[in-house]
Amino acid sequence: MKPRRPVVEGYFEERADGSVVLVGGRCDACGAYFFPKRFSFCRNPGCGAPGLADVELSTRGVLWSFTDNRYAPPPPYPAAEPFEPYGVGAVTLEAEQMVVLGQLARGTDVSALRAGQLMELCAEDLYETDDAVFRVWKWRTA
Amino acid sequence: MSEVVVLGAGMHPWGKWGRNFVEYGVVAARAALADAGLGWDDVGFLAAGNTMRNGYPGYVSGSTFAQALGWRGTRVSSSFAACASGAVAIDSARAQIQAGRCDVALVVGADTAPKGFFGPLPGVRPEDPDWIRFHVLGATNPTYFALYARRRMEAYGATADDFAAVKIKNSRHGLENPNARYRKAFTAAEIAESPVVADPLRLVDICATSDGAAALVLASAEYAARRADRDRHVRIAAISTVTPRYPNTYLDMPDIATDSAVGAASPERSFRDSIAHAAYEEAGLGPDDLSLAEVYDLSTALELDWYENIGLCAEGEAEALLRSGATALGGRVPVNPSGGLACFGEAIPAQAIAQVVELTTQLRGEAGGRQVTGARVGLSINQGLFGHGSCVIATR
Repeated sequence: MKPRRPVVEGYFEERADGSVVLVGGRCDACGAYFFPKRFSFCRNPGCGAPGLADVELSTRGVLWSFTDNRYAPPPPYPAAEPFEPYGVGAVTLEAEQMVVLGQLARGTDVSALRAGQLMELCAEDLYETDDAVFRVWKWRTA
Repeated sequence: MSEVVVLGAGMHPWGKWGRNFVEYGVVAARAALADAGLGWDDVGFLAAGNTMRNGYPGYVSGSTFAQALGWRGTRVSSSFAACASGAVAIDSARAQIQAGRCDVALVVGADTAPKGFFGPLPGVRPEDPDWIRFHVLGATNPTYFALYARRRMEAYGATADDFAAVKIKNSRHGLENPNARYRKAFTAAEIAESPVVADPLRLVDICATSDGAAALVLASAEYAARRADRDRHVRIAAISTVTPRYPNTYLDMPDIATDSAVGAASPERSFRDSIAHAAYEEAGLGPDDLSLAEVYDLSTALELDWYENIGLCAEGEAEALLRSGATALGGRVPVNPSGGLACFGEAIPAQAIAQVVELTTQLRGEAGGRQVTGARVGLSINQGLFGHGSCVIATR
C-alpha cells in the first residue's frame, strides 16, 4: 500500500485513531486564531505579538455557505480523468469565530444542504502518484 | 485638495482578440487623447495598470505603454492591485496632479486574457494563498462567487430568478454599448438552459475573461479651467482604495479561512461597505446623491450584494430593489448602464478604468441609447483579490 501524505504540510493531521484536525496558530497575547498559520507573528493590529502557538481547531462547525464545482479547475488542481465534480463548503467554527473552507466529502448531496447545519471534519484522498496517496481535509454532514 | 478633471476618455472594444495587450492599450490611449484634443507630448505623467499574464511587459506597464507611444522622457508608474489596478493607477495620476508635478496625466489599462478559468501563476508555491486554494481545494473564482450567491439565497431568500433578472437587465443595457463584447438580450428561458458551473450559478451568471483596454486623460482644475470645452468636464470627487479592517470575517478570495473575531472588536463596516464609505466621505456625498452606479458584477448575484454595500438599500433588500426596476435604465438609480461585466467580461487592469470611462460618458450626456437622464453623480466600485478594492465618485 502506498504511503499517505497530506496534500500540503502543516495544515492538518490525521491520527492513528482515524481522527482529523486542522492545525492553525493561536496568539497567546490576544487569543486570535489563524488558519493556516502562515506567519510566526500575530496579525491583529491591536496586538502584533511575536509568536503563535500551534493549535488544533474545532472539528465541528455550522455551514455558512456551500456550492459545487462541475467543471475541472485549471492546474495546479490535480483533477482526475475523467473529472469528478465535488462540493465545497464554508464552515463557521464557534470557538475560533472564523470560517474555514473545505471540499465536501464524496457523496455529499449539495442540493440537500442548508446553511446552519452541523458539519464535521474528515479526510479523504485527493489524488495519487506512483509513490503516494495525497490526502486533504474535507467537511461532511455531522 | 482641488478635484482633478477628466478631459478625455477612450477604450478599445472588449472581446477575445488574442493580440498583444499593448496594441489595445495604445488604441485606448490615443482615443482618450483625441477625445481630450491633446497629444502624447502634452502628457506629464503616465500611470498604467499591470497585467500578470503577459510576461515582464505587463509588470512594467507604465514604461511599456510609454515606449509604445514613443519615448518622450515621461514620468511613469505601474500599479498592480488585482481588480482595483486601474483605480490605483487613476489615484496615482491624481496624486501627481494634485501635488503640482504635472498638469496633464494619462491613465491606461489593457489586458489579453487566457481562455477559461483564471488560475494562479505557474510553479509550486505553497506559501501563496492563491496557489493553495487551487491546488488543495480546487476553489476557483466561480466557487467563491457561488458561495456568496448561495449565502444570499440562504440569508435573504434570493432566488435563481433574481440572478437571472440581473442578467436580463444588464444584457439589455449592453445592447447600446459599442464597446461591449456581448451584445445580446438574454431571456429567462435562455438563461435556464445555460449549464450550471457552480451551484447556483450558471455559465451566463459568471463574467467571462476578456481582452480590452481603457484610458483616461486627467488634468488639474486650473489647467481645465483655461479650456473652452468646460461643458464636457467631469470631476473626480473621490477615489477610495482602502484595505479591509481586522478582523475581516467575510471569506474573501484567495483565502481559505477568514480572520478570527476572537480578541478584537469587529469593524464597524464590512470590507465592501468600507470601500464605498471612504469614497462617500471624501466626496461629501451619499447614496441618495447617485444618478447611476457601475458595480463589479463578477456574478449576477454579486451585483445584488453591491446594492447594499453602496447603500442603495438596506441589507437583505437588494432583490426587492431589483424587482422594483429602480436599478434598470429608466429607474431611480440605474446600475451598470454600460452592461457591466455581464456584457464586457473582465479585462483586469482595464476594468476599473472602463468603469470611470462609463461614468464620464454618462455625466457628459454622451451615452446615446443607454443614457441616464440628467446624470449628475456617478459611482464605480470593485473588489479584487488580496484585500484590494476601489471606488471612484465622479460628478458633473
